[in-house]
Amino acid sequence: MIRNPKDLKRYTAQERANHWVVGISFILLAISGLAFFHPAFWPMTQLFGGGVWARILHPFLGVLMALSFLSIFFRFRSLNVMTPTDREWLSRAKEMVDGNDHDMPEQGKYNGGQKMMFWALALCMLLLMVSGVLLWRAYFGFPVELVRFGAVIHAATAAVMIALIMVHIYAAIWVKGTVRAMWYGTVTRAWAKQHHRAWYRQVTGK
Amino acid sequence: MTNHWVDIKNADLVLVMGGNAAEAHPCGFKWVIEAKKDRKAKLVVVDPRFTRSAAVSDYYAPIRSGSDIAFLGGVINYLLTNDKIHHDYVKAYTNASFLIDEGYKFEDGFFSGYNPEKRSYAKDTWKYQTDKDGYAKVDPTLQDPRCAFQLMKQHYSRYTPELVSKVTGTPKDAFLKVCEHIAETAAPNKTMTICYALGWTQHSVGSQNIRTMAMIQLLLGNMGMAGGGINALRGHANVQGITDMCLYSEVLPGYLAAPTDADKNWAEFVDKRTPKTLRPNQMNYGQNFSKWATSLMKAWYGAAATDKNDYAYDWLPKKDAAYDVLAIFERMHQGKMNGFLCQGFNPLASVSNKKKVGDAMAKLKYLVVIDPLATDTSEFWKPHGEFNEADPAKIQTEVFRLPANLFAEESGSFTNSGRVIQWHWKAADGPGESKGDIEIMAGLFLKLKEMYAKDGGKLPEPILNLTWPHRIAAKPSPEELLMEISGKALGEVLDPKDKTKVLAKPGEQLAGFAQLRDDGSTACGNWIYGGCWSQAGNLTARRDNSDPSGLGQTLNWGYAWPANRRILYNRASCDVSGKPWDPKRAVIKWSGTAWGGNDVPDMRPDAAPDENVMPFIMTAEGVARLFAPALAEGPFPEHYEPFETPLDRNPFHPNNPKAVSNPAARVYKGDMEVFGKAKDFPYVATTYRLVEHFHFWTKHARINAVLQPEQFVEIGEELAKEKGIANGDKVKVRSNRGFIKAVAVVTKRIKALDVDGKKVHTVGIPLHWGFKGVAKPGYITNTLTPFVGDANSQTPEFKAFLVNIEKA
Amino acid sequence: MALQSLDIARRSATTTPPPAVRETTEVAKLIDVSTCIGCKACQAACMEWNDIRDEVGTNSGVYDNPADLTAKSWTVMRYAEVEEKGRLEWLIRKDGCMHCADPGCLKACPAPGAIIQYANGIVDFHQENCIGCGYCITGCPFNIPRISKEDSKAYKCSLCSDRVAVGQAPACAKVCPTGAIQFGSKEQMKDYADKRIGDLKSRGYDKAGLYDPQGVGGTHVMYVLHHADRPELYKGLPNDPGISPLVSLWKGFAKPLANVALAAVALGSLFHYVTKGPNEVSKELEDELEKEDAQ
Repeated sequence: MIRNPKDLKRYTAQERANHWVVGISFILLAISGLAFFHPAFWPMTQLFGGGVWARILHPFLGVLMALSFLSIFFRFRSLNVMTPTDREWLSRAKEMVDGNDHDMPEQGKYNGGQKMMFWALALCMLLLMVSGVLLWRAYFGFPVELVRFGAVIHAATAAVMIALIMVHIYAAIWVKGTVRAMWYGTVTRAWAKQHHRAWYRQVTGK
Repeated sequence: MTNHWVDIKNADLVLVMGGNAAEAHPCGFKWVIEAKKDRKAKLVVVDPRFTRSAAVSDYYAPIRSGSDIAFLGGVINYLLTNDKIHHDYVKAYTNASFLIDEGYKFEDGFFSGYNPEKRSYAKDTWKYQTDKDGYAKVDPTLQDPRCAFQLMKQHYSRYTPELVSKVTGTPKDAFLKVCEHIAETAAPNKTMTICYALGWTQHSVGSQNIRTMAMIQLLLGNMGMAGGGINALRGHANVQGITDMCLYSEVLPGYLAAPTDADKNWAEFVDKRTPKTLRPNQMNYGQNFSKWATSLMKAWYGAAATDKNDYAYDWLPKKDAAYDVLAIFERMHQGKMNGFLCQGFNPLASVSNKKKVGDAMAKLKYLVVIDPLATDTSEFWKPHGEFNEADPAKIQTEVFRLPANLFAEESGSFTNSGRVIQWHWKAADGPGESKGDIEIMAGLFLKLKEMYAKDGGKLPEPILNLTWPHRIAAKPSPEELLMEISGKALGEVLDPKDKTKVLAKPGEQLAGFAQLRDDGSTACGNWIYGGCWSQAGNLTARRDNSDPSGLGQTLNWGYAWPANRRILYNRASCDVSGKPWDPKRAVIKWSGTAWGGNDVPDMRPDAAPDENVMPFIMTAEGVARLFAPALAEGPFPEHYEPFETPLDRNPFHPNNPKAVSNPAARVYKGDMEVFGKAKDFPYVATTYRLVEHFHFWTKHARINAVLQPEQFVEIGEELAKEKGIANGDKVKVRSNRGFIKAVAVVTKRIKALDVDGKKVHTVGIPLHWGFKGVAKPGYITNTLTPFVGDANSQTPEFKAFLVNIEKA
Repeated sequence: MALQSLDIARRSATTTPPPAVRETTEVAKLIDVSTCIGCKACQAACMEWNDIRDEVGTNSGVYDNPADLTAKSWTVMRYAEVEEKGRLEWLIRKDGCMHCADPGCLKACPAPGAIIQYANGIVDFHQENCIGCGYCITGCPFNIPRISKEDSKAYKCSLCSDRVAVGQAPACAKVCPTGAIQFGSKEQMKDYADKRIGDLKSRGYDKAGLYDPQGVGGTHVMYVLHHADRPELYKGLPNDPGISPLVSLWKGFAKPLANVALAAVALGSLFHYVTKGPNEVSKELEDELEKEDAQ
């Protein structure tokens, strides 16, 4: 990869760091959570020093993720307000998935899909946090009916969220030139012009 | 128990009254459940509280604490008016037909011979009419107005269901329902067993409570029968053994009446205690008194007791006054006692009126506590916050604590409620410096003996001459002691029927008390235990539970006194001709030549039925007594109110203020004054035990403390509402002697009762807490109880007194 | 530690069959409430055999002590005063693990081998495998397991599996003075219960019956109740207990579904990439920008 001084700044260092705190805690949460969810994933508890450590750490990681996501949420909330263009983009998302993105409406910093992801993740975070507290027996004691409800919500939300993140990661891999935005904070002008033309115009003034 | 634990399973009806067997005797209670499961027996519970026993009962009736004689007298009246008695039995085996002295009468609450100043009776009219031979006159038709049966009928005719209900608070229909259950067992092949305990004994009319039930069992023909009898459920595992071995100074071991100052010499002592036979042909087994007493003296003084010195009679202490527990503490309280040896006893917690007991001990010079535990008594002088507000600066008593072993830390014997003596083996060494009680007593004795030998003294002989034939003088073995108790031959013991036959050679263990002699040729430490360690060895250690009859007699398990007999009076389980009343539960029968069967016959083995030897061989009459002159307050039990009564009168004698409470009970000066009155203390209180604890021991044990950690009192929902007390609140319970604080358990199981036109509430007070131990510290319950006892045994009235209650 | 003399029927968080070649008799403990006097000997025996000692608590206005099951009290007596047909009854029930045939705790447990169901029916917690998550509590329809504050492990009645493994009855059954706790094969216990129910019916308890709730596949601790039609009278014994549908959903259907869904997303992404290829920045745009830069 060639670094070009004319590359466009997409994320500040703080934003990137924030993202990776969320990302790392999510990964740890996902693998420990999956271990509690299904025996097939149980060996992953070894990564934490065994099942007991996984059980101890999981909720604290959850708190960390929730707080750091909250920071992300406030950073990017305003950038993720849905617009009519986003809706049009979304209605033609199939073309995008098929690889025919040249006719897609001009997008700002985030396209409709990314905004949907943002709001979906925010909702998942909320549900996981609330239901997670219900399950945290070391410190809380809720009525068992509520705990059972919490367990179902937690598991279901977590599954959805893992799927969303898989899509999130895949999208970053699939759309070449994206990942570097979260590594160094910059993207090429070509990348910006192709995928987020409105944002490109906005930052370059062209 | 006249019967035994396992025998409860043979009953058709189990009556639990004056006790709470499920609570206090859960292991024995198994046989009640067996009776229910296998015999379809019914369980009826009569109690002020709906108890754990009531929880598994078929019928429960409430009763006001302290009104049992009214209830049971009512049952007698019911049985007589409805003709629900076992006629043949009553006629043949009781003194129903005996004619009573013309001078005997009962009027306005007093029997004839009452002396109000002395608070006691002259019993000269309480006797049979006798013929020229000295035998009692009888009327076999039971029609003579002076026969015991008619007098009894007349006496209890006043106990109508209406009056019973009015006095006891038991609803009339509930009372009648219990009567119906009981009356069913008048059939010759039906039996009722009665399981009672301290709920009857711990009243100022305790002995008479039990006697009333004995009369009922006689009227129903249930004595001597399998599944019948009068069954006292004893508290400690070995309290039966303790009483057998003379816990009280009123008696010598084996219930031999102790000598008094009035008995000038051995002959006089023996003669006064040897009953004259009152009916022809009767065994009157008590006439063997001299053999038992002589053998006892030989066991104690060995060669030093001879016919020349009246068998050392002069060395025996002579009773000059009462020495029951209340009398002891009264004397101590008066400052008339210097020292007190307190062995296996926690009187500060166990005796009524804790303040008086504490004050009494503060007047001692020294107190020796021999106990495995650091008892409350041993720290009576020490402040324990609100639970024991003592001031050590004002107490000069020197306290010695001698740590003793627990039962599991030494071998020995237990005698259970069913009179079965069972050997037990040491399981572990005692901790620290603890020693066995025998070793401690031996040490004290040897030291005293040494001091008497060295320094002399006023009367050294009783100590110096005591026989001490133990291999290790400082540590006699339990085996040696049981052998001594059981009895051995000192000279040759000959067969009285055939003087050429030697029954026992010198040094041999005797086969039983029948071999005891009054010529000094035998020694026996307790005649009723005679034969428990025979030439065959330690019979109490037998563990063969084979039970060929299926009645649970297990004659080869341990050894039951007397003579390994499991059911007392078992001759009465047969009709006059010797056939069992109930062939399916035959205890013994007459084979044509001898008595035998599933028990050791309580009868001379060759006494043919036509010899008319009656079954109650320990009475001079040979029959059981419906009319019994022995007790202090009258030949027929009469209802008297507890000394603290919620009523201002005895409804049976509303116009005699002197007959409110037991007229023959002893009340000490100062104690009468601290009896509470109903206007200040309107609620009936009763104390009791809980299954989770054993007396004041198990508050020292973690598991028991976990199971029942904190002191509480129980009250009914109605009283709680009146007093604004919620479940779990701390309450203060006051009597005229002090107060305790405890958690309130508000329950449906205690109901207010309608008594004599008043609503009477009961406050239930468990007693297991104190200031020593691992359970939550609590008040000594006996802070509240009155210092008065039964007129015969002086057992304190722990079960019925007055309190007030308020939110703490 | 698995007990070698007892075969395992089910093991928590394990998808393959456990060793199970031996023929084992199904056992059961029968608690005959109608002959129980509430003496708590069972509680004492449980403490002694299992070497557990709970705290010395307080009295809260009832006989129940300890007030509830804890990690150190695996069985407690529960006392209920009820008035039936104007007659007071003191219903006393020994509470503790029911050893369900279909145990909700085992179903919910995420830790392999932390909960074992032996072939004889005993459901046992193996604390060395327990991670302390408390899912067993969430799964249990009877509110039995408790997590220790000291070691964060779950505890409950083991039906004295160590005693049963060597042919002994559980400690509570051994000490019960009235025989209210019986132990034997489940068949024997049902026969015994029939007799007791007959006796109770003859004494006027028309609704006497056996509590062996089928909602959890039957239990290996059963009750004889005087009022089998209303088990809730006995301090809240559940009327028709079963594993909560939420727990079944969570630890049943949801497990494969979520796995399949996640696998589908992963594979879908992979095949999308393989079939559609990467979304690269177009050559034209790059050229265009290069051209701009050159100007």
